[in-house]
Amino acid sequence: MSSKQPNTLYGVAAEFESAEQLLDAAREARRAGYRRVRAYSPYYIEGLADVLEKRTNISAWIVPVALLVGAFSGYMLQYWTSTNVYEFNIGGRPVVSWPSFMIITFEAAILFTALALVGTMFAQNALPLPYHPIFNTPNFGEASRSRFFLCIESIDPEFDLQDTAEFLASLEPINVSEVES
Amino acid sequence: MRQSWRTAFSRFAEAMTLFALAVAGLFPLFHVGRVELIYYTIPYPNTMNLFSQWRSPLIWDAVAISTYGLVSLLFWYIDLIPDLASMRDKARTRVAKFMYAIPALGWRGDAHHWQGLHRTAFFLAAIATPLVISVHSVVGLDFAISQLPGWHHTIFPPFFVAGAIFSGLAMVMLFAALFRSAYKMQTIITDEHMNKAGILMLITGLLVTYGYLIEIFGAWFSGDTYEWAYSVERVLGPLGWSFWGMMIFNAVVVQLLWFRSVRTNPTAMVLISLAILVGMWLERFVIIPVSLSYPFLENMWDPFTFGIWDILTVISPFGLFLTAMFLFIRFVPVIPIAETQATMIEEAHHVK
Repeated sequence: MSSKQPNTLYGVAAEFESAEQLLDAAREARRAGYRRVRAYSPYYIEGLADVLEKRTNISAWIVPVALLVGAFSGYMLQYWTSTNVYEFNIGGRPVVSWPSFMIITFEAAILFTALALVGTMFAQNALPLPYHPIFNTPNFGEASRSRFFLCIESIDPEFDLQDTAEFLASLEPINVSEVES
Repeated sequence: MRQSWRTAFSRFAEAMTLFALAVAGLFPLFHVGRVELIYYTIPYPNTMNLFSQWRSPLIWDAVAISTYGLVSLLFWYIDLIPDLASMRDKARTRVAKFMYAIPALGWRGDAHHWQGLHRTAFFLAAIATPLVISVHSVVGLDFAISQLPGWHHTIFPPFFVAGAIFSGLAMVMLFAALFRSAYKMQTIITDEHMNKAGILMLITGLLVTYGYLIEIFGAWFSGDTYEWAYSVERVLGPLGWSFWGMMIFNAVVVQLLWFRSVRTNPTAMVLISLAILVGMWLERFVIIPVSLSYPFLENMWDPFTFGIWDILTVISPFGLFLTAMFLFIRFVPVIPIAETQATMIEEAHHVK
């Protein structure tokens, strides 16, 4: 096997058998000073993402803002069209009767929030993304079913092909492989 | 929020909701008569300067149901992405791989992606709960806001919510019990799942029964002549079979669910679920055609009779619904792979 140039190398990946091993490996990698570390698992593992890099829970901010924006838009749509575009005069009842506007206001709030939440998630995860170098990892097809992968990227300042591979091998993975970019 | 007994049912229930909604969505189209003008219900700027009547429950309904449909679809889909990725990785042919890869959006199981998905699903579930209550309440309001005897009840919104959960559970139970025996999945859909769902069916069944009784009580207690005349005619008139059928299937049969041995017996649950589905259909029959048969003027009283088109309209949606449901069972993982996998891999590891 010819040695790969660093610029064609995406990183070094280790394959593990269980979630606990992956979690421990992620902790060890962080302790060893690596920063560009990514973990891949077939299901959600509590706390794994926070071990690698803590990210603020942006959803918690999106929800109240989107609820307010949605409610305001829903209400204003009804208010504005009832007063400026098409006035329904039914038995002299008030044109703007806010209690009967509440249901659509509520639905609009929920609709905006749901779209904002899902949109934010896709944007944050940068999905859809049909191609990603990690798919070059041998046996990566198992990452969606039964295997757990930890990848240290070559752009990490601490990255060194020899040392990093040895470090990953010391974590008792099933195997360690180089990932082409 | 994360009850493990619920996960086995969740995808099923969500798919059912979506397909049922798609089928149900066709009926307002037929109902307006001018199918090609249904877009008038959508508030959009137009040269006629025409806008919706925001004080009408019909526009509330259109908005509530379309919001509900869209949110259900998003919830179902984001939960499905990791499983579609799993199907993509398992696919043997290039065509299958491609077909699963497109909706899987390049999912690779990254820890931060999982975290984002998890957080999004959590908040979506939180906002979807009031949405479910609102959508069925609004359907109840469609009726309650009219003046017609049999429709003009303040109990309708909560009563419709209970009825929706009741029949929804019966439908999920029916599919789950049949699916479980057909594919030998007793370890995934366990007796405990059946038991818990059975208890929920009992509770909502009792709420619905309370609704039936309070409706009659309300008609009598209000002293409203029309309301009371309608109530008597509904129970003892020529369409009384629908009322008694509804009472037997929904209020009486459900009492069997007090027993744990019944709740964990798949055959009994299939039969009870079928009874409830028939009962709930009869309930809608009682509410709609039976109420419409007895308006305020006695000379307009005309008990509903079935014609060939009525019968075909009842039968045909079953075909559409079942086609969608069977295609779903065939091509999409019905039991959430990721969550089942989590339990299975962890158990295997602990045994070692």
